[in-house]
Amino acid sequence: MAEHPPSWAVFALPVLLAAVALVTAGADALLAAGARAGPARSPREAAARAAAPARGVLRELVRQPRRTRAADVALVRVGAALLPVAAMLAGVVLPLGFRSVSDLPEGVVWYNAMEALAWAAVWLAGWGPNSALSLIGGYRFLAQGLAYEVPHMLAITTAALGAESLRVGGVVDAQSGLWFAVWMPAAFGIHLLSALAMAFWGPFDRPAGRDVAGGAAAELSGVDRILLLGGRWLLLVVAAAMSVPLFLGGGHGPLLPGWAWTVVKTAAVLAFLLWARRRVPALRMERWTEAAWVVLTPLAVVQALVVAVVVLHR
Amino acid sequence: MEFVVFWVPAVLAVGCGALVFRFDSMARATFSLLASLLCTGGLVVLLGLDYLGVVVVLMMTLEMSVMAVFMVMYMMNPAGLTPMTMTHNTRAAAVVCGLLFALLAAGILSAPWPDRRGRPPDDPTLDLGMSLMGPQMLTMMTLAMALFATIVATVVLATRRGRYDRLGDGLRARRADDPVPGGVGR
Repeated sequence: MAEHPPSWAVFALPVLLAAVALVTAGADALLAAGARAGPARSPREAAARAAAPARGVLRELVRQPRRTRAADVALVRVGAALLPVAAMLAGVVLPLGFRSVSDLPEGVVWYNAMEALAWAAVWLAGWGPNSALSLIGGYRFLAQGLAYEVPHMLAITTAALGAESLRVGGVVDAQSGLWFAVWMPAAFGIHLLSALAMAFWGPFDRPAGRDVAGGAAAELSGVDRILLLGGRWLLLVVAAAMSVPLFLGGGHGPLLPGWAWTVVKTAAVLAFLLWARRRVPALRMERWTEAAWVVLTPLAVVQALVVAVVVLHR
Repeated sequence: MEFVVFWVPAVLAVGCGALVFRFDSMARATFSLLASLLCTGGLVVLLGLDYLGVVVVLMMTLEMSVMAVFMVMYMMNPAGLTPMTMTHNTRAAAVVCGLLFALLAAGILSAPWPDRRGRPPDDPTLDLGMSLMGPQMLTMMTLAMALFATIVATVVLATRRGRYDRLGDGLRARRADDPVPGGVGR
């Protein structure tokens, strides 16, 4: 069912992803301001609150950049730039409706490989500035990565197994009837958790946490800071959007066209994550590692086993 | 076009590989090696083995990120703030490498290579999976068990604390005594 996209889609994808990331960040800022200072008294105030991330971007652009002594500037630049690039590359296999920029034959593995580049990116951005707090942030992310990656890989493998295809389009086609989220609930839940962990956001924001003065992003300023913190939102958006073709039926749905269903479902997943963030306390990496290895990994293996048995007897 | 797509990653792979020995900083050396390996993964994709190429990129990214931690931990002068060298005994090494290169090159040039029979499969990923998981299933299962046993054994040997430290001599303690509080079941 996958169709070829027009050639301008390559250029539209980064713009679209960046726009969705900015809207999501704006919604998060609106919720944060509402929790801090009460509900907005006028639509104008609400708009001003939602525009806070965009104002932050502009402020970073005009502000005098800070430098640290004996920083490895090249590694900082590579690390900060790699994060949004990795998120964009992972987004290449995201279908809008039934069309993605490139429906690679190994799309699911490609998505996994590209979001894994975040490991290198965050560690480099943490190491480069020659600052203890940002170094701690970089190491925290590696520890968090070791926790989330194994259950995450098993969860997306389970979706591919259920569809008997590594192509994201194939996974969507296999869900024209029953969504994978319905009969693979554990894999779906693990995917949402690892989406938060890989974007080191919400309950998993310790790598850039306030207790280490911003962690991996502590010493970044100017464009580097925009790239790393923006790349984090992009990664969150791409990972949340990826749960739609993998588990929520992609563009399948009644009445509305495919692209509209993708937009509605992605918005619902992002809204759920924004809501959940305000209901869950922050989780330290070492506790999360234990939960991930002792509970989630066996759970993901059992889920994969159940799906494998169902697929064999279909 | 194909010329560029091959030569750019090929030159980058060799260049970044050589830079590993030029950098003073362990962080730079590690990620230079990662860049070289990513280019190699790209070349594997170019061979038509998409799945293997992408898996090379995935595995090498994760592996080299963890490797960076160990490189920084075990090497002297990890931040490269003072000059150091990654090469030792250069003259003897150059002689050994030169001889080995000549030997391998002579072997490549003088060997009677067979002509190609058959043609590449339509779906190399499927064929790869079939050849690994079909007739070689027993090998793969044994290998997996051996690797897993190695990991468990290494962790058991490396850790200072065992289950008797956690749960007492009779393993009867109701709450495990862990240096890090919290976690599963506590």
